Amino acid sequence: MNIQDILSKPEDAAGREGPSNKIVLSSRVRLARNLATTPFPGWAKKSVRVETFKHIRDNVMEVDPMRDAFHTGMEELSTLDKQLLVERHFISREHAAKTAGSGMVLSGDEALCVMINEEDHLRMQALLPGLQVDKAWMAIDQFDTALESNLDYAFCKRRGYLTACPTNLGTGIRVSAMLHLPGLVLSEQINQIIQAVNKLGLAVRGLHGEGTEALGNVFQVSNQMTLGETESDIVERLNKVLLQIIDHEENARGKLLENKAKMVYNHIGRAYGILANSHSISSKETMNLLSLFRLGIDLSLFPGNKPALTEELFIITQPAHLQKTRAGKLSAEKRDILRANLLRSRLLKVDRPATPDTGKTEENGE
Amino acid sequence: MLCDICKEKEATVHLTQMVEGKTKKIDLCESCSKAKGVDDPTGFSLADMLLGLGASQEMEESGSTTGKCPKCGFSQTDFKKTGRLGCPDCYDHFTEGVESLLKSMHKGTRHVGKAPAVWQQTKVYGDRLHSLQSKLDKAVAKEDYEKAAQLRDEISRVKSEYSESTIS
Repeated sequence: MNIQDILSKPEDAAGREGPSNKIVLSSRVRLARNLATTPFPGWAKKSVRVETFKHIRDNVMEVDPMRDAFHTGMEELSTLDKQLLVERHFISREHAAKTAGSGMVLSGDEALCVMINEEDHLRMQALLPGLQVDKAWMAIDQFDTALESNLDYAFCKRRGYLTACPTNLGTGIRVSAMLHLPGLVLSEQINQIIQAVNKLGLAVRGLHGEGTEALGNVFQVSNQMTLGETESDIVERLNKVLLQIIDHEENARGKLLENKAKMVYNHIGRAYGILANSHSISSKETMNLLSLFRLGIDLSLFPGNKPALTEELFIITQPAHLQKTRAGKLSAEKRDILRANLLRSRLLKVDRPATPDTGKTEENGE
Repeated sequence: MLCDICKEKEATVHLTQMVEGKTKKIDLCESCSKAKGVDDPTGFSLADMLLGLGASQEMEESGSTTGKCPKCGFSQTDFKKTGRLGCPDCYDHFTEGVESLLKSMHKGTRHVGKAPAVWQQTKVYGDRLHSLQSKLDKAVAKEDYEKAAQLRDEISRVKSEYSESTIS
C-alpha cells in the first residue's frame, strides 16, 4: 500500500478554501467516546484491543460518509506512513506510536477521521478549511449520533461521556483552530494574546497540539474544559475568541505596515531570498520562512501567487512528505538538501517581492 | 528531590503556577521536562500537566477511595502513574477522588451537554420531575396545600407515564 496514492495530493489539500482563510488555516472538532463494557485502550489487553478495534471499525464503516472510507490498522503502516498522516493532522503523534489493535478510518473527502483505540476507544474529528468551527461541530455531531445507535457508549447522566482521562470527561469535545499569526509575532504582541486567551480557559499550542512548538507562526487555540458546559456554548465561546484574535492580527499587520514597513519588507525579502536560493535548509527554518512568504502573499507583494502555494510547500517540505517523494528514508542532511532543491525549483516561477516604495530612506520613529 | 513524572532522576526544573487560586508546584528532571515540552514555553500547556499531576495527588490524599476497581483491576497507583483511568466503571469506584479532581479542572462537575438518544428521554423526564418536586417543596413551605396536592398528583402521573413508556 502506498499511503500517498490514497491521500489527496498536497496541492489539492492545500487548495481547500474556507472563510477567513487568510488567518485561520483550519477548524477542527473532535469527540472522545468509549464503549461501556470494555477497559480503556491504555489498560485493555492486546487481544481485547484487537477485538474492539474490529468491532468499532466495522460499525464506523456502516455510517454513511464512511461507507467506502480508507481504513487501516496501525500495524499495516510504516513509520514513514504514520508520520505522513501526522503531518496531515489526521492522527496524533501518540496514535502514530501504536501498533496492532489500533487503527483509523478516513472519509473520502478527508473531512472526517476516526482514530480507534488511541487514548479513548474512539476519537472522531471533523476537519474543515478556514474558520468553520460551528460547521465542524455540526458534522461530527451528526456522525456521532448516527454511530451511537450501533455502539454502546460509556455514558452516565451526571458525568456525561466517560473518557480515559478526566480532562476530557463530559462532552469529550475539543474544538480547535489553527491560526497563522505573523503580525502578532512580529509586533511582539503574541505573548499578551496567549496570556489573555489562557485566562479565558482556552489553550494555545503549537502546530501539532499538546507540547509542540509554534513553528511557522502557526498556533492552535482550543478549549480545555469539557464538563459543565454544553457543546454549543463551548463552540460559540471559542468562535468569539477566534474572531477577536483575527481582529488583533489584522490590526497588528496594519500597524506594522504603517509604522515599520521596512522591517516587514526586510523580513519578507530575506525569507524569499533564502527560500529561493538556499542549497540546504532545515524543516524548522523552512516553516518559519514560509510563514513570512505567506505574509508577503497576503500583503500582495507576490502578485499572481496564492496562499495555497505556501500551504502546499509547507506540507511537502515536512520530513515524511519529503522522504516519500524519494521512496525511502533519508538522513537529515540529505533531507535538507532535497528540501532546498525542491524550494528553489518551485520558487523559480515566483518573482521577487514587489515591495512598494515607502518613500523614505529611513524608518520614522523608533 | 526526585522528578514528579519518572520518579527516578533528580528534578532540575521547578515550576509554580496558580490554578484556580491554588498554588500548584511541579518538579521535573531534564528529560521529562523536554518530553513535556517545558523547555519551550510557547508550545507548552502548564495547566494540563499540573492538573493531571496535582489532581492525582489530591486524589491520594483524600484517602477514602482505596483498592482496585472491581471491574478492571485498575488501582490508584496506576492512575497516579498514567493520569488516566482503567475503564468506565473506575469513575464509580474512585468517586471521591475523581470529584475533587473534576472541580479543579472543569467549569462544573455535572454534565450538561449532549446525551445519547436513549438517555435524552430519561433526562427530559428527570428534569421535569426535578422542577415539579422543587415547586412542591415551595408550595409546602408556603403552606399552600391545595397547590401541593395538585403537584403531588402531577408527579405521580409523570412517574407512571414514564414507567409505561419504558416498558413498551
